[in-house]
Amino acid sequence: MEETMLKIDNVSKLYKLGQIGGTTLREDLQRLSARLRGKEDPTKRIGARSYKKGETLLALDGVSFEVKKGERVGVIGHNGAGKSTLLKLISRVTAPTGGRIDMNGRVASMLEVGTGFHPELTGRENIYMNGAILGMTKKEIDTKVEQIIDFSECRQFIDTPVKRYSSGMYVKLAFSVSAHLESEIMIMDEVLAVGDMAFQKKCLDKMNDVSRTNGRTILYVSHNMNTIRELCNRLIVLDQGKVTFDGTVEEGIAMYMETSFHNELSIDYSNIPRYAFLRNSKIRTTYTAFVDGRNVFEHDEKMRILFRWINEKDVTNLCLRIEILTLDRTPIGTMFLYDFYDGCQNDQGKVCVSVDLSSIAPGRYTMYCNFFQRDKHGHTSTADCVQGLCFEVFPYRDIVWNKKRWGSIMLPGLQIQAFEKKTIKPDI
Amino acid sequence: MNEAKAFKISITSEHRLFDLHLKETFQYRDLIFLFVKRDFTAFYKQTILGPLWAVIQPLLTTVVFTVIFGNLAKLTTADVPGDFIIPSFLFYMAGNICWSYFSTTLQATSNTFLNNRNIMGKVYYPRLVSPIATSLSNLIAFGIQLFLLLAIWAYYLIKGGTSIQVTPMLALLPLLAIQMMIVAVGFGIIISSVTTKYRDLAMLVGFGLQLWHYACPVAYGLQLVPENWMAVYMLNPVTPIITTFRYAVFGFGYFDLVYYLISWAISLLVFFFGLILFSRIERTFLDTI
Repeated sequence: MEETMLKIDNVSKLYKLGQIGGTTLREDLQRLSARLRGKEDPTKRIGARSYKKGETLLALDGVSFEVKKGERVGVIGHNGAGKSTLLKLISRVTAPTGGRIDMNGRVASMLEVGTGFHPELTGRENIYMNGAILGMTKKEIDTKVEQIIDFSECRQFIDTPVKRYSSGMYVKLAFSVSAHLESEIMIMDEVLAVGDMAFQKKCLDKMNDVSRTNGRTILYVSHNMNTIRELCNRLIVLDQGKVTFDGTVEEGIAMYMETSFHNELSIDYSNIPRYAFLRNSKIRTTYTAFVDGRNVFEHDEKMRILFRWINEKDVTNLCLRIEILTLDRTPIGTMFLYDFYDGCQNDQGKVCVSVDLSSIAPGRYTMYCNFFQRDKHGHTSTADCVQGLCFEVFPYRDIVWNKKRWGSIMLPGLQIQAFEKKTIKPDI
Repeated sequence: MNEAKAFKISITSEHRLFDLHLKETFQYRDLIFLFVKRDFTAFYKQTILGPLWAVIQPLLTTVVFTVIFGNLAKLTTADVPGDFIIPSFLFYMAGNICWSYFSTTLQATSNTFLNNRNIMGKVYYPRLVSPIATSLSNLIAFGIQLFLLLAIWAYYLIKGGTSIQVTPMLALLPLLAIQMMIVAVGFGIIISSVTTKYRDLAMLVGFGLQLWHYACPVAYGLQLVPENWMAVYMLNPVTPIITTFRYAVFGFGYFDLVYYLISWAISLLVFFFGLILFSRIERTFLDTI
């Protein structure tokens, strides 16, 4: 049996939401006085889900799995499912609230572009810096530095301060360092989204290679199903902090797409938490629904959607953007409605929009609905952003749409410019 | 189950009080060295004078001190009663380089978490590496300044006419440097740990150091302090460092073994308290910062 490299045992992570800094001095004092008097902590929220009161977020909830040597595990999940938190815990950036993580070897996390790079230092000096930050000793880096430079395709500039590098070169250098790390477990959080295509391919190949030949274990978090298909041989799906699937890649993706499709005809957003950057947003979307009471549409139909919202502040020139995505989160197109609304604080707004589906290929889709404001210079600022409903477009003229090769957009039909019809009569 | 034996690294939610990661920090000594090198090269990059700046700053401060506190305010430069002759320039410079090492190190390490949150949020390395590296790179500047001080000191020694003499006390210099480092890093990591939650303390650091400066015999000699306040005054761990430093360099001055040992005790206490606090905070500081 292969050696277990990573064992995650009932790990949970609780985040406190709300006040900046997580806790206030008053709360801390309350807690202290309660402890001194031997009473139960009045601000205690740790524990079962039932304790959750909108102020905490259980980013991971009793996650357990084991990874064997040489496995290449992809981790997928919707936004907020806990993927990044999981990686943070494994890379020891922050500690879990409960549970235990055991590792058999060094963990190298792929750094975000240029993290740990100092702009004033040269490429070579930064290789040493980055290597040391990732836990290599100087001796280890010495033996690898030439390989790293070669791989990074930056030899020409290696003794130039990296502040003069292009962003592409930055990425290449950063990746090269971590790819050559002497680590048994490698974790990555969608860093491959940057860099040019050729380099992305090179990185995937390199990771495949090190994993197969050196038996390195890889943990890869991504939204991009294609790179997961290419790299991984096992898939873990997270949903709301729990492992909902653990198995083969194709099954996992299928299951993930399945759960991505909801048959709801309306969503009430009043109790759905928003991202931190939306905390002071101008409006709050409260409700959305399909006006026609169904979520399946004919190709030539107009899909009508209703939105309701409350103004948190005065708004002017409110705009709406609807992004349409396939279920594996590949965006396929976006529609706008400009400057349709002005209103005062606490007003309630309601708009019904129709979406032309004629250019969308048959299949299942989901939406992101983004309200934003536009000032007179054309700068936009997000007013609210919510995950929209899912819908399905029926096949057109009974053609089975080959999504993999044809894409998700059905362009307007071809027009005849000239046409000639010759009939060849067979000679009898 | 023999899990603890089977796995090399284990992360749990519990934290033991004396789990200070010291061994691990030592394993990362290459990183400490590289951080020091980075700080030093990056700091003086694209400057014409380079490390000379490390000299210019205390030199100018000393000139100002000599003029204002020495010539205008005429504060005493004597640490002990008696007819010792000491060039006031040398006196102020000795105090200044000690104080400037202490205050810059404290200030820099008190921002450890805030300044490094980007990189610490991405990758694990023993967090203690950062403050240690900072204190070491400041030590380089201190070394340059000390070199200059000793050059001027040698000039006066050869020229004669002062009470300066070479004594075995000079051997105390490395010990004093280590103590300064310990106390500065100790206070620094305490502040950096607390500021991950409450930023208020960060506001206080710069201002507090300015006030603290007056509580140390930098701009004046120890003779200015009333005798009955001495016991309280010497509780400031920086004071015995500065007076002993002057004693070591000049060959005469104030040295009281009891006060000196007390200041060591306070320094170590602060340092270990800092270590415990730091290793506690470092686990999850990212969630609150």
